[in-house]
Amino acid sequence: MGLKRQREDDEEGDGADDLMTQLQQHLRHNLTLWGSTHEAGEKLLSLYRSEAQHLEELMTRTLTLGESNSAMVLAPRGTGKSALLDTVLKKLERTGSLCEGFVVRLSGLLQTDDRHALREITSQLRLETATANKVFGSFAENLSFLLESLRFGSKESSKPVLFILEEFDLFCHHRNQTLLYNLFDVAQSAQAPICVLGLTCRLDVIELLEKRVKSRFSHRHIHLFPPDAFDPHYLATFTHLLTLPPDTLPHKDFAERWNSDVASLVEDIEVRRVLKRIHTTTKDVRTLKAILLVCVSGLSGENERVDAKRLTKAHTLLSGDSKTKLLHGLSFLQLTLIIAMSHLTHTYDGEPYNFEMVLHEYLKFSRRHSHTRPLPRPVVFKAFDQLKGLELIRAVEGNTRGTQREYRLYHLLVTSEQLSTALGTIQALPTDLQQWAVSAI
Amino acid sequence: MEVAVQDISDSIPCRREQIQLLVHLLGQGTCALPSSLFVYGPSGCGKTLVTLAVLKRLDIITAHINCIEAYTPRIMFETVLNQLSGTVLSSSNGYTSYASCDNLGDFVKHIKDIGRNRGMPRIAVVVEHSERLRDQDANIMPVLCRLQELTCSTNIVVIFLSSIPVDKFRASTGFMEPIVVHFPQYYKNEVMEILVKLKPEKYSEEFFKNYINLVLSVFYVATKDLPELKHQVQLNFQTYCEPIEKGEAAEGDMRQLWRNIEPHLRKAMNSVYLREVSSDQYERMQKLTEKNEPDHLLSNMSHNAKMELPFYSKFLLIAAYLASYNPARTDRRFFMKYHGKQRKTQAMIKAKERSSNQLVGPKPFPLDRLLAIFYSIVDDRVTPTANIFSQISTLVTLRLLTQIGGDDQLDSPKYKCVVSLDFIRTIARMVSFDIIRYLYDYA
Repeated sequence: MGLKRQREDDEEGDGADDLMTQLQQHLRHNLTLWGSTHEAGEKLLSLYRSEAQHLEELMTRTLTLGESNSAMVLAPRGTGKSALLDTVLKKLERTGSLCEGFVVRLSGLLQTDDRHALREITSQLRLETATANKVFGSFAENLSFLLESLRFGSKESSKPVLFILEEFDLFCHHRNQTLLYNLFDVAQSAQAPICVLGLTCRLDVIELLEKRVKSRFSHRHIHLFPPDAFDPHYLATFTHLLTLPPDTLPHKDFAERWNSDVASLVEDIEVRRVLKRIHTTTKDVRTLKAILLVCVSGLSGENERVDAKRLTKAHTLLSGDSKTKLLHGLSFLQLTLIIAMSHLTHTYDGEPYNFEMVLHEYLKFSRRHSHTRPLPRPVVFKAFDQLKGLELIRAVEGNTRGTQREYRLYHLLVTSEQLSTALGTIQALPTDLQQWAVSAI
Repeated sequence: MEVAVQDISDSIPCRREQIQLLVHLLGQGTCALPSSLFVYGPSGCGKTLVTLAVLKRLDIITAHINCIEAYTPRIMFETVLNQLSGTVLSSSNGYTSYASCDNLGDFVKHIKDIGRNRGMPRIAVVVEHSERLRDQDANIMPVLCRLQELTCSTNIVVIFLSSIPVDKFRASTGFMEPIVVHFPQYYKNEVMEILVKLKPEKYSEEFFKNYINLVLSVFYVATKDLPELKHQVQLNFQTYCEPIEKGEAAEGDMRQLWRNIEPHLRKAMNSVYLREVSSDQYERMQKLTEKNEPDHLLSNMSHNAKMELPFYSKFLLIAAYLASYNPARTDRRFFMKYHGKQRKTQAMIKAKERSSNQLVGPKPFPLDRLLAIFYSIVDDRVTPTANIFSQISTLVTLRLLTQIGGDDQLDSPKYKCVVSLDFIRTIARMVSFDIIRYLYDYA
């Protein structure tokens, strides 16, 4: 009996671990920083219904009627521009109107000049073989050849192409904006049915366009305004990110229990407090996703719930002040130098100072406390150099040619608050150093 | 998952928390990887060691690059692609890379291909010294952060290793926040725990611990860097054990041993982190000094301020130093015979304290002033020949003086003396000239 009981327990234990792995896989999918799951896509569609409809309409007109269009989608980072567009494209694919056209995706981060962009367009249109033996005089000629190749018979029967330009603002920095000029020109003069969609986070992107390019753009702007109220939107996002989609796990009761747990989590005061804190610093969903990923990834068979403690821990883990953490890793010599510099900043009222002055302060300090023997100059200089490497101090810009390194001027990039917080928590800090620091701050 | 954590932290001590976090974030089996991780902490605290060990344990295909070696995009991309595709450069493939690739568009495409060809495995790209990425094209950093997004369905993670926090990376557009993992510096007891592992067979743990305590008591003030401390522990152990081997002291005789080792440690302290010479050379030098044999290598190191110059060049350099560090208005006082009496007022002393020239650095001076001082400090009469002028330009070539301003000033170029006080004092001693008496800051 006992044996049997134990075996059952074992199986349950294994089962729990197994469940956790599956749960994690689903949640990790929810918590990727880019793209969207099916459910999230539906949510986006309902959230930006009119914008999505507008986009869908534009694309359908190009795909079915052979109209040419251009539009710009503007929204802050992490709002879901690409995700929304993807969802709309998927919808078009389902309805079957997409299969007649091509989708060409370019990203300003990857295609850094127009030559690369054109090569990418060629390969995405699968026209490498057609262009292989041709020599083109100009960019426009090349592009029109590409579009020409898609044409079959009359103008109406030409294959429609959707151009999606991510990070549109970066395309504006290309020389002469040739790619943009040609794309907009083709769209405006209706040479071939194309639809140019630009995605960007810069509101002033139109100002970056040259006059001749600007005049060819249709000036259709689609703004996405993310609803950013804490209650209910942010909390809804929170629950949504943690909720398991129905029918994903084999154990239905487990999934239900998990979902109800998550629903009750939002009511927890402590959880709300942490979320509120995150919300006040940034409304970017990606920060929330990162914190939740840390929470979820720590789940295992024994501790299978996300709770306030876990959330707080993840939040502190990701949000601590990095300079203070950096100060913790410094040797006492380097800390002494930092304190000396904070003294100097104070006495010279923010004027920069050089190594000699810092060394002078350091020597004065170690002379006052006779039991600390001052370290030799080259060692102190090396320590100073390492501070520069850690970018805790910054050299003053300007003419540094011909200046010796020990006379180059520097600013300290650590505030006195950061210094005092760090000093308060460092183990075994010598008392004289502590006192000197306090007298400085 | 916990088994993996346990295994790794058995082999890497004192990093359990970080190992756990990394293992959890990366996950096991085939689950989705996070887009990018940012691992930072002071140098020598196990970032690379832990990261690579975790990746290996989790069976993730890893490409590991160092931005110091991969200093151009092309080298970086091709190294990553070679490592991911398993291409090893050898004579059989004519030392050709997996693909020639010098732009991000191709790089992303190749990564997609590799992912597809190898059956969608989990891939990691570890970028060491990633602070150097900021010096390259502005879009490399954002693309690496978003590599997972840009390569569509490839399950790839980019792990940045750096000693600088992520705040300093946020300059360019499109930067996507990675998940930050901080590696703190080891605490003193942790350093102890790790260093004890170096214990040689012959000696007891207690004895070795005492030794490490001694070393730490001297060096821990100057550096918390584990590799540096390790180096010092290994370097000085033989000297520490000498009295025991000679039979002069017992293992428990702490005081005797300390008296023996202390001067050595103090001496080593003078060159902590500097590594002017290799440890082998250092040991050799220590032996030579014990035998009281003067060695040119040693004298080179301890007086690297020594330099042989022609007689007049030395005086020219001294004159240049004086011209750089003394205010021009005090020349009368220092170099004229009857300069009249000067009263020291309280205000003057105050002003002097406030802006010592030793702290502010050398000031530029015209050629005429240099020559005037030169003639007044050289005892015998010198005629201003081309020889003297050419010696000035030699001093400039030797980087003892620097010429300020453009080369257009043919008639009166300006110079600055860029040698240290110690250096000029040795030079002055060689020609028996008391330079301190002539310096405004000390006179």
